Amino acid sequence: MIDRKFIGHEFAPSTAEVEKGRLRFFAKATGNTDPIYSDEEAARKAGYRALPAPPTFLFCLEMDRDNPMDSIELLGVYIGRVLHGEQSFTYHAPVCAGDRITFRSRISDIYDKKGGALEFIVMETAGHNQDGVHVVDMRRSLVVRNG
Amino acid sequence: MTDIRTAAEGAVVGSLTADPITRHMLALYCGASGDHNPIHVDIDFARAAGMPDVFAHGMLSMAFLGRLVTDLVPQSRLRSFSTRFASITALGSEITCTAKLVGRFEEAGEKRARLELVAADQKSEAKLLGEAVVALID
Repeated sequence: MIDRKFIGHEFAPSTAEVEKGRLRFFAKATGNTDPIYSDEEAARKAGYRALPAPPTFLFCLEMDRDNPMDSIELLGVYIGRVLHGEQSFTYHAPVCAGDRITFRSRISDIYDKKGGALEFIVMETAGHNQDGVHVVDMRRSLVVRNG
Repeated sequence: MTDIRTAAEGAVVGSLTADPITRHMLALYCGASGDHNPIHVDIDFARAAGMPDVFAHGMLSMAFLGRLVTDLVPQSRLRSFSTRFASITALGSEITCTAKLVGRFEEAGEKRARLELVAADQKSEAKLLGEAVVALID
């Protein structure tokens, strides 16, 4: 069982840049052919100041730190037993190529079901851009298969 | 794709079907997403973890749902987006995403709509169940 003392644990902030080449690679990998996600001129014509980061990209950008598995390791959980249970995004302001986003994450809950056969880790992350504007709140629930 | 400002509540307003999941897609998504969990790309690791084979990232299918939403409304109008990952997506799965308009309402001083989202495989087994809230006017 995961030690419940980690509920409320806050991770050190991390900062990552939204790079346009990465956005083009992400568009290719997700089959996104809408030109605003890969062509800067199309993005500007659509009213964006640069290529926009698509809806799920900030989840990815948050993993761009030295060790994205640090949360799992802190809790003593083996990555091979972890599944993604839920993911949510609340958007407050657009994020585009060239922005630098600082993420602050905390473990908001840890609980179990089925007599401990499944454990759930809930992490909440707030993202702010280089101007201090709050751009996103993300919530992820991870499922650990103990059975 | 149907205009969600005029669609009837309960109507399916859009759908898309992604290319079937291949190992190559998972390798590309691993690199592009930064999610380097080996269980999605390394069959030896997956087997050692008790899985029969590698399987798709849930977030890849969530990205397909995101494509559907941004095909329906400009991304600048997207206010929130959430999914529950109901079951594992196997290699070869052909994921179809559908969006249903479940209601229009006012919140935070603007007119908004709630979309119910489903990503299901070719056997109609639900993989992701979610929703998006979008503004109806820029």
